Formats: sequence, structure tokens, C-alpha cells
Amino acid sequence: MTGINANIGISIIMTAILYGTPLVFAGIGELFAERSGVLNLGVEGMMLMGAVMAFFVSQDMTGPSWLVLLVAVLVAMIAGAVMALIHAFVTITLRANQIVSGLTLTIFAGAIGLSSFIAEDNKLGGKAGKHQFVPLNLFGLKHLPVIGPILFNQSAIVYASWVVVGAAVIYLYRTRIGLHLRSVGESPQAADAMGINVTRYRYMHVLLGGALAGAGGAVFTLQIATNWIDGMTAGAGWIAIALVIYSFWRPDLLLLGAYLFGAFTSVGFDLQARGVTSIPSEFWSALPYLMTIVALVAVSASSIRRRLGTPAALGVPYVREES
Amino acid sequence: MIRFTARENVPRWLNFAVPLAAVVVAVIVAGVVLAATSHNPLTTYQSIIQASITQPGAFSQTLVSMTPLMFTGLAAAVAFRMRLWNIGGEGQLYMGAIGAAGVGLYFHSLPGPLLIVAMIVGGVLAGMLWASIPGALRAYLNTNEILTTLMLNYVAANVMYYLIFDSNSYWRDLTSPSAKVFPQGKTLSDAATWPALQLGNVTIPFGLLFAIGLALLLWGMIRATRYGYEMRVLADSPMVGRYGGIRTRRKILSLMAISGGIAGIGGASQVGDFSHVLDPRGLEQAGFGYSGIVVAALARYNPIAVVVTSFFIGMLVNAGFALQGPNFPIGLTGTMEGILLFCVLGAEIFTRYRLTVRRPHAKVRTAAPVSPPPVAVGQATTSHGGVS
Repeated sequence: MTGINANIGISIIMTAILYGTPLVFAGIGELFAERSGVLNLGVEGMMLMGAVMAFFVSQDMTGPSWLVLLVAVLVAMIAGAVMALIHAFVTITLRANQIVSGLTLTIFAGAIGLSSFIAEDNKLGGKAGKHQFVPLNLFGLKHLPVIGPILFNQSAIVYASWVVVGAAVIYLYRTRIGLHLRSVGESPQAADAMGINVTRYRYMHVLLGGALAGAGGAVFTLQIATNWIDGMTAGAGWIAIALVIYSFWRPDLLLLGAYLFGAFTSVGFDLQARGVTSIPSEFWSALPYLMTIVALVAVSASSIRRRLGTPAALGVPYVREES
Repeated sequence: MIRFTARENVPRWLNFAVPLAAVVVAVIVAGVVLAATSHNPLTTYQSIIQASITQPGAFSQTLVSMTPLMFTGLAAAVAFRMRLWNIGGEGQLYMGAIGAAGVGLYFHSLPGPLLIVAMIVGGVLAGMLWASIPGALRAYLNTNEILTTLMLNYVAANVMYYLIFDSNSYWRDLTSPSAKVFPQGKTLSDAATWPALQLGNVTIPFGLLFAIGLALLLWGMIRATRYGYEMRVLADSPMVGRYGGIRTRRKILSLMAISGGIAGIGGASQVGDFSHVLDPRGLEQAGFGYSGIVVAALARYNPIAVVVTSFFIGMLVNAGFALQGPNFPIGLTGTMEGILLFCVLGAEIFTRYRLTVRRPHAKVRTAAPVSPPPVAVGQATTSHGGVS
């Protein structure tokens, strides 16, 4: 009896990690951009571009599976970064409103935009994926009770997401560049006076954010699903943005939050697969979005909220005053 | 070295010339994208014009496409004008459609004009209520409205699907034979069909006329009423607004409700003018709420300009429907909307700043090239419509 319950628990955690992984990549990416003071609401669009380009590569490239998957993820990252470059140019160099530019990016690249255009032009819809990420039995430890499957039986892209989170923590809090990055997001004037190139830092981290969002999108077409559907990220990019807020701009909390939301996404599938049909499927589809609202409200309503963690210069273009 | 230096005052012609130039650039950029993906830009543009204006009946179809966009565009424009980022027009429109269809079905025995009024009221109330959730959260708990409005779009879509596909709701047709195989909404009675104006061979939907009237009303409200004045003050400086005694929270909540109500009429108009049934798939695929954001941003949140920009986006959307196929992939609509908006958005800097080119060795950091007379300072703020 307890054995069965443990199995259910493990399978819920496994699917939570699966659905949480795109959120980890995209969330860390957005966290970098926001730490530099640039809000990028184009995450959904960048993820879809990553997803479509990764699928495109996995369809058309021949070679050993690991190489195809590696190239697919790299191409997805480049696609995400190129999208982010548009946002960076429009908001940093041309000083346009970050909110409107980010929304534009999501419309430009999104479900009825460039990602769908590329998919249709290359007839990607309806094709079955040729290469998928598969679990790796790391160190041969997958049969350890409980932690075995969770920690040692994941795919390469999941391990990569853990490396990204660890690297982000070290980068932000233990390196000089990370310190500079935080200062650019808190007080660009002071950073500029210290000789930090604010514009360069912002460009670099918006691009990095785009690349990670692209990688997050690739998880959708290379592991979660096995085909391409227009708009298949279904709001994951927006959940990633919310995740940055209620993890207080901290990568470690973001990882936990991403898995929690992975669980909200997958719990409906799990329960329906187990024959629980008394609750309509639309409720389960809506659950991650409802819980995102609940989490945002909880963060904004809590007494410790007073701008906890928000980069002070978030959303504000930096203009060096010259007289 | 290229630098931007702030303009002391903005010549009026620039406010027209810059967006026009941006549109020209956008047409060229989109042409390059088309050529790069081996589509002929000229034939594509030609077919857009044909499918949305010159072919018989095409112009009327463009008016059909622009009607919901004008509602969602106005909804976004009024909220964005106060920097209240309601991107939930999509969900508010769904709710408006649910509300209007429900009222239309329930009061089917009312005479036509009364029934139409009732449907509009139903749409407005449903949209208002739905938008009031993020509105109240923002006003009283300071919860980010961008994310909550967006999340509620997905929730609203699920509500709509539940009503038609997964329950025996009042909206669902449970009688006809085809409905037993393919779930669909109940069709409204003929009395619930909104009248259309026939001018020559052009059909003008009632919703479009209503939206134009609404645009004028909102324009007047923003320009000439106390409410609109307070909106503009809060847009430019929330602090000034608060110290000036404006009830900020009420304003946020009420404006959000107004914005949602307008999007809700868009949903009512979809049911009353065009579909006569609650059609979740059709509404979701159309994405009127998101295109409305493009419409509002292109219009720089000016309700009168929304009438114009919704026409152009309507052309594009209509061409997208009419031309679907290998020569005109569905995604081209959003791609072109995005290019257009990026160009207009990026170009705005040329109205606020002038581009100056300085030789790198001339490292003079004193005195800006245009010597600013101190009197001009007051003028610079007038373009914002002023707090002084």
C-alpha cells in the first residue's frame, strides 16, 4: 500500500519536473534580464521561436541523436537571443516602453506570428518528432529508492537546467560581473559612475535571457511533446515571468516555484489518467493560471512585500544626462 | 559618435511624419522577411489589397474584421492611456460573448431593439465583472495587472470551452442531431440579430457604428471631463495625482471596469452581429484581444486614431483569413503586425529626440549643440497634455 502511494508521489514529482523544466530555463533567463533593469514580456514569443527552431533542426538534421539534440537546443537559443535583440534595441537604444515592446515581441513571434509562419512554411505541423530527450541513468543510481528516479534518471536537458540554476546563483552572488549586474538593475547611475557600461550589461543580459527562453521552448518540442502545434507553450512564458516575481528574483527559489507550477500543470493529467473524471478537464487546464494569480496576490499582499527583491530600476530606460 | 539629444519642443508635423516613415520602413522590412522566406513581397502585398479592399465584397469583410478590433483596441487604449496595462481584452471579450449570448437566449421573446440593448448590457456587465477581478487586485493589493489580466484570458477560454464542450449548460445546443456529435452553442433567435446598414454594396455592421460612437465618446471623456483629466494626471505622475487628492484606487478599479466593459461589447457584437452563437473555437482562434493591443499601441492610445489603426489591422486580419494557404501562412498576420508595431514604437524616439552626429575626437561635454533658451522648457511638457 505505501509502496503504491510512494510510486504515485514519485510519478507526480517526475511530471512536475518535466513540465517545470521550460519554466526553469525561461524564468532564469527573465531573471537575468530583469536584474539588469529590463522587463521583457516577450518570453512567450521567444519560447515559441525556440520551440519551432529546435523542432525544425530535429526534423531536418541527420546524425547521432545526441548531436542533433545539442544542435537543436543551440539553434533554439540563438533564435531566442535574436528575438531578444529586437527588444533590446527597441527599449535600450531607442528607449521605447518596455511593456509595449515586450507585448509586441510576443505577438510578433507568438502563436499567430513568426513561429507559426516558420512552421507552416516548412510544413512542420503534424510531423512526428524524430529525436527526443530520454532519461539517462546517471552514475547507474536510478534504482535508489525515491531519490534514484528523481535525481539520477532525468534527461540531459533537465540536468542542464540544474546546472543553469547553480551557475546563476554563483554568477549573481559570487562574481564581480554578477555584482555589477545587480548594481545596474538597482542604480544604473551609480553603476555608470563606477565605470560599468550600463548599455552593454543590459544588452548582454537581455540576450542571455532570450537564449535561455529559447532553450526552454526547445524542451517543449524535444521532450514534453513529440510534435509541433502553433502556440504550444500555452502561456508558459507568462507563468515564467510571474515566477520571477514570486521567487523574489532569486534563482534558487525560482527552481522550487517552477516545479510547483510544473505540478499544477501535470496534476490534472495524472488524476485523469487514474480515472478521476468527476472534475471537468477545463478546471485542470485553468489551474496553473489560477494558481499563478493566487501566488502573485500572496506575494503582493504579504506584509514583507515592500519591493522585496525588485530591482529598483526595473522598467526604466537609462539615459545618461548630458548638459 | 551618434547621440540622441532631447528636443525642446516637438514640431507638429513630426507627429505625423515619423509614424508615416515608420510604416514605410515596416513595409520594407516585412518585404525583406517575405523575400527571405521565398515569398514574392509585391504579389503578397497586392493580394492583401485585393482580399481586403478591391475584390467584390472584400471591403465589407474588412469592416467585419475591424469591428471587434476597434472594441478591443479602444479597451486597451483607455487603460494604457493611464498606464494600466490591461492585456486581458481577449478574456473580457470572451466573457462579453458569454454574457450577451446568455441574455440573448434568455430574453428571446423581447422585441428586437430591446433585445439588442439587453445583449449589449449583458456583454458590458460580463466584461466589466471579469476585468474588475484584476482591477481590484491591482487597486487594493497592488498585484501586477499585466500578469493577472493575461492569466484570466486562459481561464476565460476554459470557462467558454466548459460551457459548450463539457457540460449541459444553458449555452449549449442539446437538441439538434448534429449537436449530439459535434458540441455547439444554441443559435440565437432572429430578433437577436443586430441590424446592418447597407450603403451601395458595402455592408456596415451595427457594432462598427457603435464602436465609432464609443471612440468619439471616449475621446471626449479623456479630453474634456474631470475623469479624463485625472486619468492623464495619474498617467504622467501617480504621486502628483495622490497629493492632488485623486482617489487613485477607485480610478484604477473603475477604469479597469470600463476597459473590460468595452471589450465585453466586442464579444456581444461578435454574437449579435456575426456568429449568433457562442463559438469558443472561433473566438479563440481569432485572437481579437491581442490584436487589439497592436491597434491601441499603433494609435498611441488615442481613441480617434484607434478607428484608423483598427481599419489597417482589420485589413491584415481579413487578408489573413481570406488568403490562408501556402502563399499566405496564418502566422504572417502576427509577423506583420509585430514588424509594424516595432517600427512605429522604435521610431517614436525621433519625435522626442534629435539625432546628432559628432566626431569622436571632438569630446566636448559642455553645452548641447542646440542652445536651449530657458523659456522653452514649459513648452516641452505640453505634448503630454499637462501637469503644470
